Amino acid sequence: MKHLDEYRDPALILRQVEAIRATCTRRWTLMEVCGGQTHAILRHGLDELLADAVELIHGPGCPVCVTPAETLDQAVLLTRHPEVMLCTFGDMLRVPGALGDLNAARAAGGEVRVIYSPLDAVALAREHPEREVVLLAVGFETTAPAAAIAVLQAEALGLGNLSLLVSHSLVPPAMEALLVDPDNRIQGFLAAGHVCTVEGAAAYHAIAERFRVPIVVTGFEPVDLLAGIHACVEQLERGAARVENRYDRAAPDDGNAAARAAVSRVFEPVEREWRGMGRLPASGLGLRPEYARFDAVARFGLVTPEATGDGPCIAGEVLRGLRRPTDCPAFGRDCTPDTPLGAPMVSSEGACAAYLHYRGEA
Amino acid sequence: MTTDVVRLAHGGGGRMQAKLLDEVILPALGIPALAAPDAAVLDAPGGRLAMTTDSFVVRPLFFPGGDIGRLAVHGTINDLAMAGARPLWLTLGLILEEGLPLDDLRRVLASVQAAAEECGVRVVAGDTKVVEAGRGDGVYINTSGVGVVPEGVQITPGAIRPGDVLLASGDLGRHGVAILAARENLGLDPPIPSDSASVAGAVAALLAAGVPVRALRDPTRGGAIAALQELADASACRLVLEDAAIPVRNDVRGACEILGLDPLHSACEGRFLAAVPEHAAAQALRILRTRAETAGAVAIGRAEAGEPAVIRRLATGVERRVILPAGEQLPRIC
Repeated sequence: MKHLDEYRDPALILRQVEAIRATCTRRWTLMEVCGGQTHAILRHGLDELLADAVELIHGPGCPVCVTPAETLDQAVLLTRHPEVMLCTFGDMLRVPGALGDLNAARAAGGEVRVIYSPLDAVALAREHPEREVVLLAVGFETTAPAAAIAVLQAEALGLGNLSLLVSHSLVPPAMEALLVDPDNRIQGFLAAGHVCTVEGAAAYHAIAERFRVPIVVTGFEPVDLLAGIHACVEQLERGAARVENRYDRAAPDDGNAAARAAVSRVFEPVEREWRGMGRLPASGLGLRPEYARFDAVARFGLVTPEATGDGPCIAGEVLRGLRRPTDCPAFGRDCTPDTPLGAPMVSSEGACAAYLHYRGEA
Repeated sequence: MTTDVVRLAHGGGGRMQAKLLDEVILPALGIPALAAPDAAVLDAPGGRLAMTTDSFVVRPLFFPGGDIGRLAVHGTINDLAMAGARPLWLTLGLILEEGLPLDDLRRVLASVQAAAEECGVRVVAGDTKVVEAGRGDGVYINTSGVGVVPEGVQITPGAIRPGDVLLASGDLGRHGVAILAARENLGLDPPIPSDSASVAGAVAALLAAGVPVRALRDPTRGGAIAALQELADASACRLVLEDAAIPVRNDVRGACEILGLDPLHSACEGRFLAAVPEHAAAQALRILRTRAETAGAVAIGRAEAGEPAVIRRLATGVERRVILPAGEQLPRIC
C-alpha cells in the first residue's frame, strides 16, 4: 500500500488542486472517459475540490453500462437452453434488460457462472465437455485481448463446446460520436490510461487534430488524475489540442503489440449498438469469418429481441455526459443499487452508482 | 465410534446419537455424560438479563485466525457485551451434514469449549441434528446467550449526543477479507487472519472503571458503515469519521483495493465501536490499550448535530457521505 499512498498523499493533492486553480482563467469542462476514473474522482472528492475551476463530466467508459439491452436479452435467452453454461463478469448479473436480468434467469434454473477472466470459460469448457459454455464477452480494448486469447486457446485445444456472445466496444469511435453531437460541451478529454496500455495513444491523435480537443492519457489515482487534469487545462489555456501521455509510468505510447495482435487475429471492427448512444460505425469488435464457428448467436440461432425503451432512466444522456445522475427523477428514489433501472446504477464503474455511493445524495 | 464421519443415524435419536453425544460432544465440552434433562435449570443472578441468539453458516469452516466454533461463541458473547451485559451461559445447536469427518466435528467442539472457557461462559444446553449429505455445509451452529447487565448500566444507540467521541476497538474490516481470501484461495502470503475474538472483557473493563459509555455496536455483517448508520439513525446524529484515523491493516487495505471492496463495508468479528462523552475518551482509550484484544483502539471521529448520516472526512477536507452497500458484500461470512 506504500506504493499507492504516494498517489493519494493529501498534501500533494491540495498542492495540485491549487496549481490547477492558478492555471485556469475560466472554468473548463473536461470529460473523464472511463468509469473507473469517475469512481476515483467521486471517491476522493476531486469534483468538489476543483468545483470552481473545472467541471468534470462523466463519460461512457463503463463496459457494463454501454452493453445494449439486446445483448443482455440474448444472454437471458441463452440461459434457457438447458445445455448452456453462461459465463460472465459479476457486474452483468443485475443489469436489467427487457427479459429481466441474469440473476432472475439463474433463479429460473439457467446456469450462469461468474468468472474473473475469459480464460476461466476455457477451463470450464474443458471440465464440462457435455455442456455448451458461452462467454458473454463484453468490455473495451482492455478486455478484448483476453477474450481473443480464449478463442485461440479453444482453437488450439480443439474445444467444440465454447462459443462467445460478443459485445466488445472500442473507445475512440465513442469519443468521436460525443464530439460530433450538437449538444457537446466537452472541451478536453482525460483518456483512460489502461486502454492505452493495450492500444497506445495513436488512435487519439486523429481525434485531437480533427476536433481541436486536447486528450490527456490519465491514470486512476488522485495524484494521476490531477496531473492529467492540470495538463489538459494548461493545453486549453494556451489553445493547444494535442495528445499527451501523463500516465507513462504504466501506459507506453505504443501500447502492447502482442495483445493487439491477438485481438486483430480473432476480431474485426464492426458496427455496434451502444446503450444510450445508438449504432456507431466500427465501434465494436466482432468475430472474424475464420472464427465464426465460435459465434454463439449463430450457434444457437438467437434472434435479436426487439429493442425496448429505458423508461424513466436517463442512462443514455448520463453516458453521453449531457446530464448528471442527480438530474434523473428516479435517482436514489425508484432507482437504487437494490432496484436499478439502468446499468449505470449497477456497475462498479457506473456514474450513478458512484454518485450514490460517494455523495449519497438524491 | 465405528465410522469416522457423521451419519444420518447420528441424528436419529437412537444408540448412535447417544454415542455421539456421550463420546464426542459432551466430553469435548467438558460436560459429564449424563441423562441430559430437557432444560437447564440455572440460578439467576439479580438484575436485568440480556439474551440474544445468532446462527453461524460460515464457509470455510476453518480459516486463518479462527473457525466456526470460535466464531459461534464470540459472536453471541459480543452481542451480549454490546448491551453492556456480562455473558454467563450459552446454548449450542448443531446442524451436522452427513459425511462430516468426526475429526472436524471434534476440532469445532474443542474450539467452542476453548473459546467458552476463555470467556468465562458455560454451555448449558444443546441440540444436535443431522441432515443428508449435500443439504448442509458440514456444520451449522446456533448459539443463544444469556448475560446479566450490571446495575446502572444503560447502553443504547439512542443515547449518543453531539460532541461524543467515536472509538474503534482495533483495526476494521479484517474478518470479511480473511474469509474471502480463504474461500477464493487468493493465495495471500502470509494469510490475513480473522479478528475473531471476544470483546466482553474489554467492555467489562470500561464499565468497571466507570467510563460512561453511551453506545456500543459490533461491526459484523455490513461492516463499520452498517453499524455506524444504525447508530446515526437511532441517535439522530451526524457521525463524522476522520478518514486518516480509521484503522485498517495494510494487508486488508491492499486486498480490498484489488477486489474493489471498501474495508468499512467488511465485517469484523472481534471489534466494537463505542460512543463516549468527550471527557471520557482518553480514559477509555487508556483502558482499552492495556488489553491485548483492544490494543489498537483509536478515536475515529465524533458525533455532531445535524441530519443523521455517516460522513467520511478525507484528509483533504472533503466530506463524503457514505451509504450502506446494496446487498451483502460477501455472503456466508459468519
